[in-house]
Amino acid sequence: MTKEDCQKLVIDIISDIAPDENLSDIKPEVRLRDQLQLDSMDFLDIVMELRKRHGIEVPEADYMQLASLESCANYLTPKFQTRA
Amino acid sequence: MKHTRIVITGIGLTAPNGNTLAEFRHNLLTGVSGITMKEVRYMGQWPAGLCNYDPLKYQKKKDVRIGTRAGSISIYCAREALADAGVNLEARDKSRVGVYLGITEHGNVETENEVYNISQFKYDVKFWTHHHNPRTVANSPAGEVSLNLGTTGPAYTIGAACAAGNMGLIHAAQMLRLDEVDLAIAGGVSESPQTFGIFAGFKSQNALASHADPTKASRPFDKARNGIVISEGGCIYTLERLDDAVARGAKIYGEIAGYCVNSDATDYVLPNPERQAECVRKALASAGMTVDDIDIVNTHATSTPQGDIQECQAIAAVFRERKEPPAINNTKSFIGHAMGAAGALELAGNLPSFDDLIVHPTINVDELDPQCDIPGLVLNRPRAVKRVDAILNNSFGMLGINSTLIIKRYIAQPIRTP
Repeated sequence: MTKEDCQKLVIDIISDIAPDENLSDIKPEVRLRDQLQLDSMDFLDIVMELRKRHGIEVPEADYMQLASLESCANYLTPKFQTRA
Repeated sequence: MKHTRIVITGIGLTAPNGNTLAEFRHNLLTGVSGITMKEVRYMGQWPAGLCNYDPLKYQKKKDVRIGTRAGSISIYCAREALADAGVNLEARDKSRVGVYLGITEHGNVETENEVYNISQFKYDVKFWTHHHNPRTVANSPAGEVSLNLGTTGPAYTIGAACAAGNMGLIHAAQMLRLDEVDLAIAGGVSESPQTFGIFAGFKSQNALASHADPTKASRPFDKARNGIVISEGGCIYTLERLDDAVARGAKIYGEIAGYCVNSDATDYVLPNPERQAECVRKALASAGMTVDDIDIVNTHATSTPQGDIQECQAIAAVFRERKEPPAINNTKSFIGHAMGAAGALELAGNLPSFDDLIVHPTINVDELDPQCDIPGLVLNRPRAVKRVDAILNNSFGMLGINSTLIIKRYIAQPIRTP
């Protein structure tokens, strides 16, 4: 699992959570909420989908780690690798 | 206040056999059923009425995902009604717009789905969605409409089992007469076929319709009827005080003439024809009408062996003194039982009779049950009539709630001159 792979998995989830959004040009370093119509409820859905689809737990104290695609990849990639 | 005239100025609907009033009415006059087979969780294939409106006409994909089926149906119907009425909400005081939606039940779909969902994860509730509570609060469908429209007046549902569709309109008339709102968006909705519980419940009650041909499954008054076809749908009206409607040059479909809501107080499930007849009589009194004034009676009959007989007894008891009976029909034979939407949809299917003087029939009556053979039944083919000035719409529900709503042809009173 590379960080690029991890970003693709997160984008797959976001495409279901925010199906009206254009995800083809997301800037990895920019906060997701600054470039997409995402609210706090959507982040709860992202956390749930990580749990359901991939068995990954994100404790509430770590939610800020999901702010951007880049921070998602930094935070989640080791979790995916540990899980594997 | 009680006599403030209230009129219907817009209609939006989705039924198993039509997504506009014109399409719905055409199919009611040409014998087109909307019932198909549906795969029901744990139960296999059963006849059901499903709607094929386009949710994305008025909602974003994300709103469809977050909301409920009942909410989506409500939004579609409300927007269609507003468009039909020619109402521009942006030019109105949105705090004076009320949303009143009748529902039979709400929340079963989401709860069943979540229980099924966590069953895939060994019933670990950490997989239970945080959307469950906003989706299942009883005001949810009306709240979704207010979110979509941006209206800030009262928006809530009225739980009244299968009498609920009428109740939405009745409550709207009351709120307009109380001057609580200037425009009411009201009717009834149902998402019931999306649950298995309602199918299983009626099956355990020996009241779930079965037939190899789903279009023949809903057959009120027919000797071979064997139960209810569960349907979804919605029908929402715009209602206004007459003066307001006339002032803006609105098209007027009809006027609220009178109504009654009462309770059997006799059984959880079984209807009470005596109380039903009383409901009809009180609605007539409320309208200042006699049985001679009614031209169409739209029955509630749900195609159950006992319920249809009891309603026929009630109607026969009320109208027996008439020489020429009113035309009596049933819309569920086309669309099944749309639960909270039933009363509102069935009324809409009959309102065009004010203009075309045709009464849509009850279809699927191959052999009329002698115990349902009351004067005036319109069976299998539409009937042209000479007069349609008043339509009486019955909707009854579990726990013994009855509602009768009478709509009359709108006739402008002559302008008084000094």
